[in-house]
Amino acid sequence: MSEVAAPRRSWAERLDWRQLLPRLLAPVAALLIAALISSIALVISDKDPLAAFSSMLDYGTQPDSLVDILNKSTDYYIAAVAVAIGFRMNLFNIGVDGQYRLATLVAAAVGAAPFLDWAPGFLRIVLIVVIAMLVGAFWAGVAAVLKVTRGVSEVISTIMLNFIGGQIVAFLLTTNHLGVQAKGSNDVTTPVLPKDAWLSGIPLIPGSASDVKGFVVVAVLVGVGYWFLLGHTRLGFDLRASGQNATSAVASGVNARRMVLYAMLLSGGVAGLVGLSELLGERHAYSSSVGGLGFTAIGIALLGRNSPVGIALASLLWAFLARASQILDIEEIPKEIITIMQGTTVLAVVVAYELATRLSRRAQQRRVGAAVSEPGPDKSADRSEVPA
Amino acid sequence: MSTDVAPAAPPAGAGEPPAVQLRGITKRFPGVVANHDIDLSVRRGSIHAIVGENGAGKSTLMKTLYGMHRPDEGEILIDGERVVFGSPQQAINVGIGMVHQHFMLADNFTVLENIVLGAEKLHGIGGAAARRIREISKQYGLGVDPDVLMEDLGVGDRQRVEILKVLYRGARVLILDEPTAVLVPQEVDELFDNLRQLTREGLTIIFISHKLHEVLAVADAITVIRRGTTVASVDPREVTSRQLATLMVGSELPSPEVRESTVTDERVLSVTDLAVHTADGRPIVNGVSFTIHRGEVVGIAGVEGNGQAELIEAIMGMRPATGRVVLDGVDVSQWSTRARREAGLGYVPEDRHRQGLLLDAPLWENRMLGHQTESPNARGWLLDNRGARRDTARIVASYDVRTPGIDVPAGALSGGNQQKLIVGREMSHAPKVLLAAHPTRGVDVGAQAAIWEHIKRARREGMGVLLISADLDELIGLSDSLKVIFRGRFVEDADPATVTPEQLGLAMTCAEGPDE
Repeated sequence: MSEVAAPRRSWAERLDWRQLLPRLLAPVAALLIAALISSIALVISDKDPLAAFSSMLDYGTQPDSLVDILNKSTDYYIAAVAVAIGFRMNLFNIGVDGQYRLATLVAAAVGAAPFLDWAPGFLRIVLIVVIAMLVGAFWAGVAAVLKVTRGVSEVISTIMLNFIGGQIVAFLLTTNHLGVQAKGSNDVTTPVLPKDAWLSGIPLIPGSASDVKGFVVVAVLVGVGYWFLLGHTRLGFDLRASGQNATSAVASGVNARRMVLYAMLLSGGVAGLVGLSELLGERHAYSSSVGGLGFTAIGIALLGRNSPVGIALASLLWAFLARASQILDIEEIPKEIITIMQGTTVLAVVVAYELATRLSRRAQQRRVGAAVSEPGPDKSADRSEVPA
Repeated sequence: MSTDVAPAAPPAGAGEPPAVQLRGITKRFPGVVANHDIDLSVRRGSIHAIVGENGAGKSTLMKTLYGMHRPDEGEILIDGERVVFGSPQQAINVGIGMVHQHFMLADNFTVLENIVLGAEKLHGIGGAAARRIREISKQYGLGVDPDVLMEDLGVGDRQRVEILKVLYRGARVLILDEPTAVLVPQEVDELFDNLRQLTREGLTIIFISHKLHEVLAVADAITVIRRGTTVASVDPREVTSRQLATLMVGSELPSPEVRESTVTDERVLSVTDLAVHTADGRPIVNGVSFTIHRGEVVGIAGVEGNGQAELIEAIMGMRPATGRVVLDGVDVSQWSTRARREAGLGYVPEDRHRQGLLLDAPLWENRMLGHQTESPNARGWLLDNRGARRDTARIVASYDVRTPGIDVPAGALSGGNQQKLIVGREMSHAPKVLLAAHPTRGVDVGAQAAIWEHIKRARREGMGVLLISADLDELIGLSDSLKVIFRGRFVEDADPATVTPEQLGLAMTCAEGPDE
């Protein structure tokens, strides 16, 4: 058996490159197109694009910027993985925003609750993470149950749940319920977490006074978990199969409804983690400023093609652009240029990936055609052979 | 029988240029030569058959003629004049029409609307168009009523609408791509009558098929294509179907027939009162009962759409159904599809692209599909990618799946090779019962023979098979017993040892009245 496999694998390696190359080139091409379009916008507004880009690059690679970029991309990454889990099954979880706001609020409130005074900080952190995931999963699960039992499109229901979630958060975050108001402040937040439940930073970037938030480790774990789930578990296979070809998946024995439920719960569970980096590492309390990453995450998941590594690169890029935009204001270049750039990147990337997919499919068919038609002019001899 | 490539000399209308002439047509696709040095000469007012097995290059050739792509070499002459087509529209303009194998009709439109769609400029969309349709219908004896709703028409009628659609656009040369694939024998006869009527009126018909007895019955001239080139032009009066088959495949045609019976009296699958209903409560499968024994192939004959697809899906547990399904003594009626598969139901689905494969996934992942919980694909809740890859290499080798490797996406393989992969995958788990729906549809002769051989071997080893096929020869040849399904019920049993395709076709269509 292994004799059969051995020579074929060398073929496969060569084939893989043909398949991969267009897919690697696609995002690069898309970025160049996006840069071109933003340059045009800059030229129209009488600014020098090259100067703008070089000052962005300059500022974006400062040590302090790198710390900020890593911190931002931690949140982006987790949120985008949450979206990507849904995408892999053709589910559109637009509700990441509502899911993590609700999750962060409840987790922050429980984490700071007095009945936990006996608990060591580490336990509190674990508890906060678990509760956030559960609440996120629960909120996404509402959409899943609606879809499975009533056929409600998850696109509609998750959007609606964002609003409902927002209202619930606003209701709970009052001094009558979970909120407290610090003296001399208008801000209502949850009670501040005890100091031992603060997640310390990691001095990752030399030359910067600030640390990278410790939650970056969780983001990496999420990525590894996502990769492992997709490629190495039965659940992941069922998930991918359902996304690629729902009818084939059903015929293969996948329970479509259950998969919708699982995928949404997983997606929501991961979404629940999005706000925790800030909660545990910076603010130590839930404030109304949490939220707003849901749509960014969709763009990043698209850009990263739902792959664990791709999303990581996309998150870093996004965070870089967000950070670098700050210098533009100082140089009196409208920083909306960054929004243009992000928008065109997503658009160009979607087009470029589609092209790349077609190209690589055609290349594959060519190779198969070539390899299969290689034998001599008449294959009637091997036609009748039937393996025993 | 003349096997030279020169066109059979037309006795009538000598001197008149042929309606269609192709000279030295070569079409390369990257890496493959789909057609090379094709020569073809079609006499006006004749039915010219082009035969060749699946993948021989018939469709490529016809796409060239219909302007869907340009040949790399060679020339096309219509009525003696050289033409170059950049698009089908240009082909239509010089009077070439194509009737596709898969109908391109909108169900919720009337016949009139379907015909004028895209040709509104010719006679408008109202009374004038309807008059023209009636005129054509009368002239060629097609019997098409422009005001009927498409969904009320049967397959044969739909095909006539497709033909009329082409005539309406002024076609003088009709290309029919595998027109009989969807028809029962009686409908085939009607179609042939229609075609003869068309040629009497001076039209020219190019008839693509790989069903030799049909070709011999209807064609005035035959051109055989093998491996991308024309290998012979023959006169149907001078050739037998056996000779034609030899020309076509370069060897003897395989036959599905099984000789010795391997049926035992051990029941392996019993289905009792199985019923499937639509959402609005209409029965699609209506109280069906049957038993399959170890080593037995039970064939189900029926015109497509009479509940056979739903029956198989219900047995697989993919569709809600009532009734009992007992697999090897265990009642699995309430089990999920996965549990049924694990218990030993194998499934070769009717539509491999929709139900059998992940086209963008590599072969080894497709090998897991449907068995992703079983060894060698999984250990516990984890996938065993390495095991699956190794086993895929084995399947590729022993089921003769022609591919450069197991990392190629399934969509890049030809239909026959995809099907061999599916059959290999299902057989690898030693199913107790295989549900095979059209197992050789759209696969080449070589793959067909191999698939038949695999089914026969598994049957010898004690597997039970439920076989559904539109290919009546296959059905009669492979089955140990036959049932005819009509409107969701078994209406007749037939003995494959004695029944002919014609009798079976009759039972499939005229089963509604006891007086028949």
